[in-house]
Amino acid sequence: MVEDKTLSGRLFQIVNFTLLAIIALVTVLPFLHVVAGSFTTSAEMAVKKFILVPTIWSLDAYKFIFSTDTIFRAMAVSSGVTLFGTAFSMFTTALMAYGLSRRDLDGRKAIMFLVVFTMLFSGGLIPTFLVVKEMGLINSYAALVIPSAISAFNLIIMKNFFQNIPEGLEESAKIDGCNDFGILFRIVLPLSMPAIATISLFYAVTYWNTYLSAILYLDDSAKWPIQVLLRQIVVLASGMDYSSNLDAAVPPPDQTVKMAVIVVATLPILIVYPFLQKHFSKGAMLGSIKG
Amino acid sequence: MQETVIQQARVPQPRTSELKKRLWKNKLLYVMLLPGIFYFIIFKYIPMFGLTIAFQDYKPFKGFGGSEWVGFKHFERLFTEPDFLNILTNTLLLFGMNLLFYFPVPIILALMLNEVRTSFFKRTFQTLVYLPHFMSWVIIVSISFVMLTSDGGIVNELLVYFGFEKINFLLSPEWFRPTYILQVIWREAGWGTIIYLAAIASVDPGLYEAARMDGAGRLRQVWHITLPAIRSVIIILLILKIGDVLELGFEHVYLLINSMNRDVAEIIDTYVYTAGLRQGQFSYSTAIGFFKSFIGLVLVMGANRLAKKMGEEGVY
Repeated sequence: MVEDKTLSGRLFQIVNFTLLAIIALVTVLPFLHVVAGSFTTSAEMAVKKFILVPTIWSLDAYKFIFSTDTIFRAMAVSSGVTLFGTAFSMFTTALMAYGLSRRDLDGRKAIMFLVVFTMLFSGGLIPTFLVVKEMGLINSYAALVIPSAISAFNLIIMKNFFQNIPEGLEESAKIDGCNDFGILFRIVLPLSMPAIATISLFYAVTYWNTYLSAILYLDDSAKWPIQVLLRQIVVLASGMDYSSNLDAAVPPPDQTVKMAVIVVATLPILIVYPFLQKHFSKGAMLGSIKG
Repeated sequence: MQETVIQQARVPQPRTSELKKRLWKNKLLYVMLLPGIFYFIIFKYIPMFGLTIAFQDYKPFKGFGGSEWVGFKHFERLFTEPDFLNILTNTLLLFGMNLLFYFPVPIILALMLNEVRTSFFKRTFQTLVYLPHFMSWVIIVSISFVMLTSDGGIVNELLVYFGFEKINFLLSPEWFRPTYILQVIWREAGWGTIIYLAAIASVDPGLYEAARMDGAGRLRQVWHITLPAIRSVIIILLILKIGDVLELGFEHVYLLINSMNRDVAEIIDTYVYTAGLRQGQFSYSTAIGFFKSFIGLVLVMGANRLAKKMGEEGVY
């Protein structure tokens, strides 16, 4: 579009620009406040209330939360579940997506229907819980991965992406003596890096954020992932209601400690986000518009 | 006569063998599909079959086969229990707020963003507002708790500074719904713009050119060109949203609920969790879950049909 040079056009631009800038700030400031707060002393926090750059830097809050191995253990659980979960989900999703992307496959439509139907209707919480229990997965880390291994949404994005790869490539590989596994791993996957990056990010974020399956399937608090621990420390300490769960002798954690736990639980996402960000808008559009 | 019969019987013969050949040729593809098919059967379809425990008095030690069939007893209880009416009302109110206050926000944001000419600002803005979508509800709720607490939280400090009373956002029933919907907007509004921006990007620039020739200003261009162009996308997303009618996010509400706001905060999902897993009323809470899934399915099909009647494509 050509730049609108009229007075009203410019005024419109300025107002629009300012509003968007405010929205962006409102979105991000809480995060910055929490990060800055985690790096200062509780005394400074009590005086200043809102901090974007600490005047007194301090690692007290981090020293406090890492003084026991509770947070370390929760981080290790979350990292392990994220790593294995993402690998497992990508593997099973890619296999199924590739099969479904082949137009010459008999029964493809029926299977697709069964997949899409699960997005519209589900057995719900209790029957799913009973199935997981029957399979003996209660209190095992596998319960955080296997019952949520394939997301129908991610599967459809991936299938659509594979479908856009020219069929000629696959055919010529077949003539060269490649079987379907070879085609998938040597040709289709290397050509699908944007989709793989996007969907790995989606899966990894889901696994890192695992909360519901943890409270459903893990009774043992030593196995808690970081999100459950975060709720215990921040939400329950200020929510009053369930505070009887916590040891009454321990005073509620102060603001800087809560902030430090939030930062620790968010950090991995903040680290991978910039690297994968350029891929996902493309990938997400692909899935949502055609899916 | 006999010949023709034999011939007729033979006609499908080559077809089935052709199918067999195709199936055999694609055997590796079917092997690849197997893990996924098993997954969907075990974790999606068996639970659907498991909904039948809503018609039983399910006892964990007796299991699925041994439990007694009781017909619609649990569904009858559902409609006579005052608790249920309350959670249904809460659920529908949150859903209504979602449609009314959240749904238009990504559309408006996308339209505003489309008017920005500087691509650097546009990209930075997108990077920043997409971010909260990747944070778990626990993180989002934790950050708002830190900010909203009456014990040194910045929002209450600001209220005091401007001469207002402190508000106990987290424990007062009347603040539950505003807190809920603002958190939804904070987390999802930016991410929601992606699809609309994609749809806007595919609008023919010539249309704007022509509109400007006819003397249309910025707002008129938005109204007469951009909005009609993304109409079908809006309708598709609206159908999907309606399908999610009762899918308000167990995690989100569960994190916000406490003994002070339970009357307004308890929704179907949290109730199923508490009544089912905490109190062991498996069959009753399955009946509630069934009710929910069924209503969701009916609504999405209804919305889809309505969209098709209005001349739109629909979701399926």
